[in-house]
Amino acid sequence: MRMVLRLAWLEGKLLLREPITLVFVLVLPVVMMIVMCGVFGNEVEVEDDGQVFFMGVGATDYYMGAYVAVVVAALGLINLPTHLATYRERGVLRRFEASSISRWSLLWAHTLIMIVLSGIGATLVVVTAKLIYDPTDPASPGLLILGFLLAAATFAAFGTLLGVLMPTARAAQGIGIMLWFVMFMLGGVGPPPEVLPDAMGAVGEATPLLHAVRLLQGTWLGTGWDWGRAGILVGILVASLGLTALVMRLRSAR
Amino acid sequence: MLAVTAVIQVDDLHKSYGATRAVDGVSFQVERGEIFGILGPNGAGKTTSVECLQGLRHPDSGTLRILGLDPAHDVREVKRRIGSQLQESALPDRIKVWEALELFASAVPGASDWEGLLDDWGLTAKRNATYASLSGGQKQRLLVALSLVNSPEIVFLDEMTTGMDPLARRVAWGLIERIRDRGATVILVTHFMDEAERLCDRIAVVSSGKVVALGSPEELRREHGGATLVRFSAKIGDGGFLKKIKDVTAVRIDGESVEIEGTGAVAVSVAAALAAKGLAPVDFEVARASLEDVYLLLTGDTGDGSDESPVEEAP
Ligand SMILES: Nc1ncnc2c1ncn2[C@@H]1O[C@H](COP(=O)(O)OP(=O)(O)OP(=O)(O)O)[C@@H](O)[C@H]1O
Ligand SMILES: [Mg+2]
Repeated sequence: MRMVLRLAWLEGKLLLREPITLVFVLVLPVVMMIVMCGVFGNEVEVEDDGQVFFMGVGATDYYMGAYVAVVVAALGLINLPTHLATYRERGVLRRFEASSISRWSLLWAHTLIMIVLSGIGATLVVVTAKLIYDPTDPASPGLLILGFLLAAATFAAFGTLLGVLMPTARAAQGIGIMLWFVMFMLGGVGPPPEVLPDAMGAVGEATPLLHAVRLLQGTWLGTGWDWGRAGILVGILVASLGLTALVMRLRSAR
Repeated sequence: MLAVTAVIQVDDLHKSYGATRAVDGVSFQVERGEIFGILGPNGAGKTTSVECLQGLRHPDSGTLRILGLDPAHDVREVKRRIGSQLQESALPDRIKVWEALELFASAVPGASDWEGLLDDWGLTAKRNATYASLSGGQKQRLLVALSLVNSPEIVFLDEMTTGMDPLARRVAWGLIERIRDRGATVILVTHFMDEAERLCDRIAVVSSGKVVALGSPEELRREHGGATLVRFSAKIGDGGFLKKIKDVTAVRIDGESVEIEGTGAVAVSVAAALAAKGLAPVDFEVARASLEDVYLLLTGDTGDGSDESPVEEAP
């Protein structure tokens, strides 16, 4: 535990020495949020045929929980795997491991860092939105934070799995960006989900991002804690941890 | 007696990667306080062998004992008590020299004073430099220093001086000797014959996954170096008196230049015989196989040769 904190502190310092790597994942969600909320406003819109968009709430309110989840997904799918795969590819993991610093310590440290960064990114999104668009305040801030932590932990675990699985840093980055874009387009944070064709909607339903988005939206919009979605996230979290442990065990048996 | 003081025992170690037999029946022992060299062509299986010993790779079969422990099962304790400078490893680009030393020192209880290592390895001026900004040799020196930060009982150095300038290499040799004098055992994988000759008490020459020779540098030269050559110029007729000397195996005469092949102390016997005849050639020369000659003899003819060239790696 002491080592995890020490490593996390050190990794934090290293990040600050190369802040450019963070700009993409921290600034992009803010920019996308500004665009989407600017385009769709915060009026509840109902078509003549009774079709509602954005689950019947204003688009800006809809996007708040969504973009908190986007930050988490960007860090978990892009930054974390690329960073871990780079460490493995360059021999940093081996170097640490040979010196009694276990892989797990390093993985936990990165998880911690990723959750802290997610917190910063989410705060940026929410504060920016507040300044520009004045969305409705979150209905249950406590549950919102809880949901955020669950989402961040899930994406951290999933990203860690990608990071240990991918053979090279390039592969990790490629796969990470691809997954992130797919989830972004179909996971309820891009176009309003109601306009997606059924097939795409179904794919969207299968992405972890959508579950995180709906969970967070529930806490923000006041429809409550979505136990089903939370359960799925916990499932992904546990499965990712298990698979990571398995991959590491197989690797170390070589 | 050997077994009592052996800190490392390798028995019939095997390790394959798919169809590649990287290590194919390696056995050796290392005694406490020895500097033990491992030489061999690229791809001979040196790194694989020593990384199995360090618990970083898992052997297919064979028995390994290090400090009385099995590296496959007691990884934690083994890692705590040994130091590793890996052939291929790196640190995060932005980590500073002092941060790396402090981090690694904190990983083991009772680590040695890392400020001293900074000094020893000529990194004091680079204390606040990031890893990425170090030169190749400086990185290497930092990695060696890191391997010593836990005051290890056994240090594995896999191509330690690769990338170091000649002066840095000599400084490194002195430091390694000092570590040994403190009681540590050193396993040194190297492609530099001068380094092996200067530092190693014993050497294992590995080729195609097998130990092809083992002994002190002197023993290797004696046992595998072939004949001693003696050359000089003198009028000695048909040289019949030289052929009678024990240890002389061949005499070749070409006008005045003479070349004698022999074994053991042949040079002394020939010199004595010449002196007895009142001959004192000023160009009297003795040539014995160098460690490099022995090495090339032992590893030069390994069959396929695709993966293995007896060429020193460029520094
Ligand atoms: N991780 C690996 N996967 C597949 N093959 C490997 C792996 N590591 C080593 N090998 C193969 O095993 C053989 C021995 O490699 P090893 O690294 O032990 O050689 P070495 O003696 O240290 O060579 P060098 O002097 O070049 O460092 C080589 O043929 C190499 O290609
Ligand atoms: Mg090697």
